[in-house]
Amino acid sequence: MPTASALLQYVISGATVGSTYGLAALGFTVIYNTAGIINFAQGEFVMLGGMLAVFALRWGGVPLPLAVPLAVLAVTVVGIMVNRVTIRPVRGRSPLTLIIITIGVSILLRGGAMLIFGKDTFALPAFSGGGPIQVGGAALLPQSLWVFGITLLTVLGMKFFFEHTLTGKAMLACSSDRKAASLMGIHVDFMVTLSFAFSAFVGAVGGVILAPITLTAYDAGILLGLKGFAACILGGLGNPFGAVIGGILLGILESLGAGFISSGYKDAVAFIIMLGLLFWRPSGLFGGSQAERV
Amino acid sequence: MSERPHEDMYFHGSGISLRFGGVAALSEVGFQVRRNSLQAIIGPNGAGKTSLFNVITGFYRMDEGDVRLDGDLISGLPPHLVARHGIVRTFQNLEIFTNMTVIENVLTGGHLRVGYGPLDFFFRTPRFFREERKLRELAKECLDFVGLFERRDLPAGQLPFGSQRLLEIARALAAEPKALLLDEPAAGLNMKETAALGELIRRIIDRGITVVMVEHDMNLVMRISDRIMVLNSGRVIADGTPAEVRENPTVIAAYLGEEE
Amino acid sequence: MKSQVLRNNAWLLAFAAVAALPLVLPNDYYLTVLIVGGLYTILSIGLNLLMGYAGQASLGHAAFYGLSAYTTGILAVTYQWPVWAGILAGLALSSLVSYLIAVPTLKLRGNYLAMGTLGFGVIVFIVLNEATSVTGGPSGFTGIPKLSIGGKEFSSDLEYYYVVWAAVLLLFALSRNLVRSRMGRALRAIHTSETAASALGVDTQRYKIFVFVLSAFYAAVAGVLYAHYVTFVSPGTFGFPTSILLVTMVVLGGMASLWGAVLGALFLTLLPEWLRAIEHFDILVYGAILVLCMMFLPGGLAEGAQKAWDASLSLFRKKGAAAEEGGGQ
Repeated sequence: MPTASALLQYVISGATVGSTYGLAALGFTVIYNTAGIINFAQGEFVMLGGMLAVFALRWGGVPLPLAVPLAVLAVTVVGIMVNRVTIRPVRGRSPLTLIIITIGVSILLRGGAMLIFGKDTFALPAFSGGGPIQVGGAALLPQSLWVFGITLLTVLGMKFFFEHTLTGKAMLACSSDRKAASLMGIHVDFMVTLSFAFSAFVGAVGGVILAPITLTAYDAGILLGLKGFAACILGGLGNPFGAVIGGILLGILESLGAGFISSGYKDAVAFIIMLGLLFWRPSGLFGGSQAERV
Repeated sequence: MSERPHEDMYFHGSGISLRFGGVAALSEVGFQVRRNSLQAIIGPNGAGKTSLFNVITGFYRMDEGDVRLDGDLISGLPPHLVARHGIVRTFQNLEIFTNMTVIENVLTGGHLRVGYGPLDFFFRTPRFFREERKLRELAKECLDFVGLFERRDLPAGQLPFGSQRLLEIARALAAEPKALLLDEPAAGLNMKETAALGELIRRIIDRGITVVMVEHDMNLVMRISDRIMVLNSGRVIADGTPAEVRENPTVIAAYLGEEE
Repeated sequence: MKSQVLRNNAWLLAFAAVAALPLVLPNDYYLTVLIVGGLYTILSIGLNLLMGYAGQASLGHAAFYGLSAYTTGILAVTYQWPVWAGILAGLALSSLVSYLIAVPTLKLRGNYLAMGTLGFGVIVFIVLNEATSVTGGPSGFTGIPKLSIGGKEFSSDLEYYYVVWAAVLLLFALSRNLVRSRMGRALRAIHTSETAASALGVDTQRYKIFVFVLSAFYAAVAGVLYAHYVTFVSPGTFGFPTSILLVTMVVLGGMASLWGAVLGALFLTLLPEWLRAIEHFDILVYGAILVLCMMFLPGGLAEGAQKAWDASLSLFRKKGAAAEEGGGQ
């Protein structure tokens, strides 16, 4: 029988990792809802966030408080470039074309990271010092607090943007009907660019806050991207904030699975949940019943 | 064994309701189309015309209602089974298979008209060749019927817009439907093309096909329809001959209110 | 009539080429390369049916390849099954598993199959690594017997070459018959518009499931042939990079073109042989090929070759016509 403190420990560490899944998932939904594309390079944005921060710190000698925002900013620029160079020129082509292109981009980003940074794993120092805090018999790393805080801030920021600014509302309009949105004078191209910028931004944030805890490497993006997508399925692809909750939930389930079943199969948990959900409840836990469209 | 319905009830629906969330897109809609006639459906934008097509052809699931064609119950079936029962449609925003040639589009339209299975095509049995030959003849005839025969080997995407509309009709005809549903067939056509389309639709009826058409072009509708049904806000507000509908005060009010 | 003759000759030509090739190879090493190339050709033909024709992406095809390879290997070694029985079991298992993946992911429109198969590929890779007592874990599974049918063992590379390429020709012919039938048309229809396809009576879900299982079956054929050729399997052969390599073969060769699938598979099998330099960043090359092909050459090598052929043909005709004119004067 697991003790309550062990259980709590798994939940805390699962929720920490899950926050990054949630941010990756948020990135997926932002692009999907604006441009109708599943961006397979989403995981690479997360990976790049962590890696660039590490290298700004190590090679550039940039202090940590500056390296982190710098890395996030750089990845945001990468996101914008990806859209401009590879997605915009083929707009209107089949979904399969777009899938393949984003896969190609993800491989290029991963390969590029491998060439530049090598194949080693790296860790970012924690954002603040201090030993673990004891909570009900479980250890809570100060970095976990950073993770929760920054995730919450990011999500609230995005929520405010979508619900209270004109640009945010215009992006949502693109999601319901791109043609109509463009007729209403919304600059769809700009909205898609913006969606890539946001998605790269939140992905990179997820990457840097997690890097001090789980280590990072050039190929970390595959699994992070996949789990982000699984989180979307859990929370509903059409529901950005459901996706974040989905990510946290997924992190916790994965952590419990690793703790109580087998750590070797930890990474399989997410996909088994994903396939199960696709089977039983494709609109996600928080989505309404999916309306078939023509 | 389904009983032969009365000619007036050849293709009919009753009590059709469709809701999106709390909004009623269709309420208690009913229709009766006589065999071998042309029924037009008109109404202001957002009246529910295309929704009605989507419900009949199985793309939307109706909340309530009942649709029958030639005695067969259609409502509740998924799209491919609706097609199997003899209802085929075209689309307002053209859904041409642009990765195929013109004739391949029409051959695909005849999907249900060939009876061979995987063993026949994997191993090229005589039955395969026989059926394919039959289908090819049918496809050529359909292309000839709409006047696209000469351009049969062109990539479908290279056809001009007006011809793509005709291709969609040829493709639907290759399915040899009992009822053909045309969703705004004249949209985007010039006057000359529209006139030719009107003639084509009458010739389709002469082939023994029952046609239901959603259309905005009032000239065309008034000229060629046998009966017209008017939808407004998801309800039937009138149903009659072109002359009756033209005089109907409710219809006039609905259209004046829109002022297109 | 003329094209019919040409077509029959093309088949004859293909047969002759396959039969004669080993005779002209400089050394046996190339035989190995061609056997591997044949396996990739089978994989890429199957994936092209799914991706190129029906427009559904599978990013975990290496898993079906690996599943059948491990199944036949384990059954032959651990459970002492006869080779043919292990092969049948491998084919059956991969097909069955693909069906179980297909039902939930293909029920929905959109990109779920891509993610579902990607996830599935990861799961299989993890299981192959973790279930050490069954699969041998990361260091692999050894001692798989050579292929033998009815007491005849195919132990030399030359014999195996003919076995593999006979399978390639057979599966190519079956695929060709499929794509030129109502099913081939229905699959291409699904690729552009599922809506229109279903309105014409195509049971889109059933067809998508069928072609997915079929393409997994092709992968499984390649898998069992691999296992009984190399006699050793390890997880690394069947991971995500292999799945991406297969997608790249299809895209580079040309979507919805069977000859393209052959071209793409052979080209990418030979490329590393010619270009040792790319060994360490081959994956980067694949990424670049994927992006550049989709943007600038969506028809792939097949379309490029076709265009070059047409151009040279018309050039030839012009020359011929000019010569005739000259002769007439």
